[in-house]
Amino acid sequence: MFGKLTWQAIPFDQPIPLAAGALVVFVIAAILIWVAAKGYIPYLWREWITSVDHKRIGIMYCLLAAVMLLRGFIDALMMRSQQALAFHAPGYLPPEHYDQIFSAHGTIMIFFMAMPFVIGLMNFAMPLQLGVRDVAFPTLNSVSFWLTAAGALLVNISLVVGEFARTGWLPYPPLSELTYSPGVGVDYYLWAIQISGIGTLMTGINMVTTVLKIRAPGMSYMRMPIFCWTTLASNLLIVAAFPILTATLAMLLLDRYVGFHFFSNEAAGNAMMFQNLIWAWGHPEVYILVLPAFGIFSEVVATFSGKPLFDRRSMIIATLGICILSLCVWLHHFFTMGAGGDVNAVFGIASMIIAVPTGVKIYNWLFTMYGGRVRFSSAMLWAIGFMVTFVIGGMTGVLLASPPADFLLHNSLFLVAHFHNVIIGGVVFGVFAGYTYWFPKAFGFVLDERLGKAAFWCWLVGFYVAFVPLYVVGLEGMTRRMQHYDRPEWYPWLLVAGVGVLIILCGIALQIAQLWVSIRTRAQRRDLTGDPWDGRSLEWSTTSPPPEFNFAVLPNVTNDEPYWSIKQQARARGELVTPEPEYAPIQVPRNSATGFVTAFFAVLTGFSLIWQIWWLVILGLVGAYATFVAFAWRDVHETEIPAAEVARIDRANRAARAAALREEAVQ
Amino acid sequence: MRRGGSGVLRSLLPVVPVSLAACHPAVLTPAGPVGEGDRIVLLDSLSIMLAIVVPTIVTILGFAYWFRASNRRARYLPDFAYSGRIELIVWSIPVLVIFFLGGIAWISAHLLDPAEPLRSKAKPLEVQVVALDWKWLFIYPQQNVASINRMVVPAGAPLELRITSASVFNVFFVPRLGSEIYAMYGMTTRLNLQADQPGVYFGLSAHFSGDGFPGMAFDVHAVSAEEFTQWTAATRETGPVLDEAAYRQLLKQSQDVTPYTYRSVQSGLFDDIVEQRLPPGEGPPTARSAAAAAVVLAGRQY
Repeated sequence: MFGKLTWQAIPFDQPIPLAAGALVVFVIAAILIWVAAKGYIPYLWREWITSVDHKRIGIMYCLLAAVMLLRGFIDALMMRSQQALAFHAPGYLPPEHYDQIFSAHGTIMIFFMAMPFVIGLMNFAMPLQLGVRDVAFPTLNSVSFWLTAAGALLVNISLVVGEFARTGWLPYPPLSELTYSPGVGVDYYLWAIQISGIGTLMTGINMVTTVLKIRAPGMSYMRMPIFCWTTLASNLLIVAAFPILTATLAMLLLDRYVGFHFFSNEAAGNAMMFQNLIWAWGHPEVYILVLPAFGIFSEVVATFSGKPLFDRRSMIIATLGICILSLCVWLHHFFTMGAGGDVNAVFGIASMIIAVPTGVKIYNWLFTMYGGRVRFSSAMLWAIGFMVTFVIGGMTGVLLASPPADFLLHNSLFLVAHFHNVIIGGVVFGVFAGYTYWFPKAFGFVLDERLGKAAFWCWLVGFYVAFVPLYVVGLEGMTRRMQHYDRPEWYPWLLVAGVGVLIILCGIALQIAQLWVSIRTRAQRRDLTGDPWDGRSLEWSTTSPPPEFNFAVLPNVTNDEPYWSIKQQARARGELVTPEPEYAPIQVPRNSATGFVTAFFAVLTGFSLIWQIWWLVILGLVGAYATFVAFAWRDVHETEIPAAEVARIDRANRAARAAALREEAVQ
Repeated sequence: MRRGGSGVLRSLLPVVPVSLAACHPAVLTPAGPVGEGDRIVLLDSLSIMLAIVVPTIVTILGFAYWFRASNRRARYLPDFAYSGRIELIVWSIPVLVIFFLGGIAWISAHLLDPAEPLRSKAKPLEVQVVALDWKWLFIYPQQNVASINRMVVPAGAPLELRITSASVFNVFFVPRLGSEIYAMYGMTTRLNLQADQPGVYFGLSAHFSGDGFPGMAFDVHAVSAEEFTQWTAATRETGPVLDEAAYRQLLKQSQDVTPYTYRSVQSGLFDDIVEQRLPPGEGPPTARSAAAAAVVLAGRQY
């Protein structure tokens, strides 16, 4: 009846996961009860869960990412504390538990923190920057989000029911084959990633279509903001790379479920091929994450320097260069498999070449600040912190691209320090900059700057204190994923790294406090004009938060910085230069529960596949298909927002902007 | 030694960052020519990049500070967004650096190819290495002895290692001797190392291989040629025989195995492993009672 699922799946004998799981279940239940008691469920259902508005979906992606950041960070705390304690000692986490923690940490941070965060910000900001009303396929967008959330849910269910993978964040066979990993952990990993991977691929298709086909009148490719360019490049990579991931994991699933021999030790399986394929996805993946971050920094640096971005054209060339080169370097992840001098050298040099367009980007940001009036708001601090940190991370990356250096450092904590250096220093700082920068646009009030800056300093200092020691122990020969060790020279450095992670913890606590304080005092932090940072691109030309239809009338783009040039004209005159438009009713897509219901069935299907409850698998698949049919059969796709409502929203914003202009003129 | 090209690279060493040299990390204090070659490449590349990275960081901070909004002495150039000259410099600096580094990478990737035998007058020692769950088996085909979790080698003689795995992936790594390489089932990788001086050098698996992974540490004892001869003679006197039955015992998972030796080895054992004439590692025990099976499936067999 219930396949492999028995009461033994619940870890009654292990206090740590049981307590953690019980706490999570309790917190979720408490939140749900509170929401229900307050009568918020109809509101949440109508305005968020069934919303197909790209801004709402973007915000939900970011929220999911923030929650998963906390989960992944707790894993990080446990890993650092285990290694700080496990010198000549077993520590407090037995291997089978520790191994799940580092696997879950990587999986969650990449697939369910970094990916949703960048996708969320792209979803939120890209259509606004393009001056359009929505993405190409709004309901598909909602399905993508909910499938990502379904994957995240499955990973977290593994905390309480069964176990998670004990193979690392990429489940290399033969270790991940049934012979060596007979538990359900790898199955949890595989189905969670397969389900969310479908969502990510659909996001890629959606975003590429949006950028290529839906832009405001006059918004030619060369006039698009850099963030839109990086979004395009990143999503092209998603479309190119994610099918490889899905196919590779599908092969492993076939091995595990029906006894195929793609990667097994027996019957001429070839486990090397898994590494080859997974990195053909895995290396583009890091650029899928970091390119949007580069886009965010381009917007932030230009805005807070009060200048247009230095040489946009070169920035675009660099972005597309990285996009293409990132598909040509995956072999550097296994130089130490003995490929020989020619192959290793070719891929080593190809990897180094990526440093050229990346270096150009750094210099372009540098010269954007040159001759500017740099305002050190917290978003700009993240950007400067990024530039310094990322240069160091890039340098250690080029170092690892040299095969002989990699022969010493492959899989060491030096490597771990390197990729955290670029992922924290690049992606995480980037999404935090984007979060701070676009928060007022999303919610209509500005985040507390004092706490934001304090959080930045904790993260920056904490990052260096946590990861410089890992560079050093890597040079001392320490490899990653050690549950215990007995080399005395590693011990002090791992203690220091443990302190670093506590400083980052302070940073996270300050960010939570920042959000809390800002919400409590939102009345004083209202952004009435919709342009709190003196922005340059089109998202700042509409209200904060933007109405469902984004723009009362679609902007007409005549140069690189359409909003900035109109604002400068208005400033010169001391009044708005655009006359009040003739308002017309606007069609917006109807809400749809398709995404949520599909994801519900996806969770059922995934869970029952993991535990091999076959009747439930069929039920889940039928349910998901029925949802799709019901959606395909609907007749009414859009609702209309009356002209009067459009006029009301736009007039209020115009009045606020006019008032701000008068105030500025008086000063 | 064949790695003559490293002499050119060596000349760049004076720029080595002092801080790194000061704390003697294992991979920066090599005990053999391979580790020395790897280290030179590492430090040269690092020095070349630091020459460009440090000024870049200083400029980032300098520009951000000087062009701060409150500094009225800084010139405000609100429309400065293009300069062909700056673009030329901006593209050529990274291109030139990568030309330089790429050249080093090309030459050194060939010179330091792990499969390339070392040039030496001394007679090389062949060792066959098998990664097991979770211990290392070292077979000495010329001496017909074997050792678990300890590798005794003569100092000053090249080591010709043939490496495979009996179950999952592992990486053979002795930080102070240099290059690491994968151990994979059904495949042989070749690694050539040498310990110049007698000493004990720690080794480990540098690829996660399951619960017993941290216990896959081993020591390399580099001894004088005479001591090595004595060791092989003594080893031949005592200990069990490594035949197929003994090997099948090794296929069972075990953790933190204390080093011991085999007095003789069934001929062709290593090839039988690589050619898959012997079965792969067993994985987690399956012989447990049916009642415990569900627990094993849930991954909690401890």
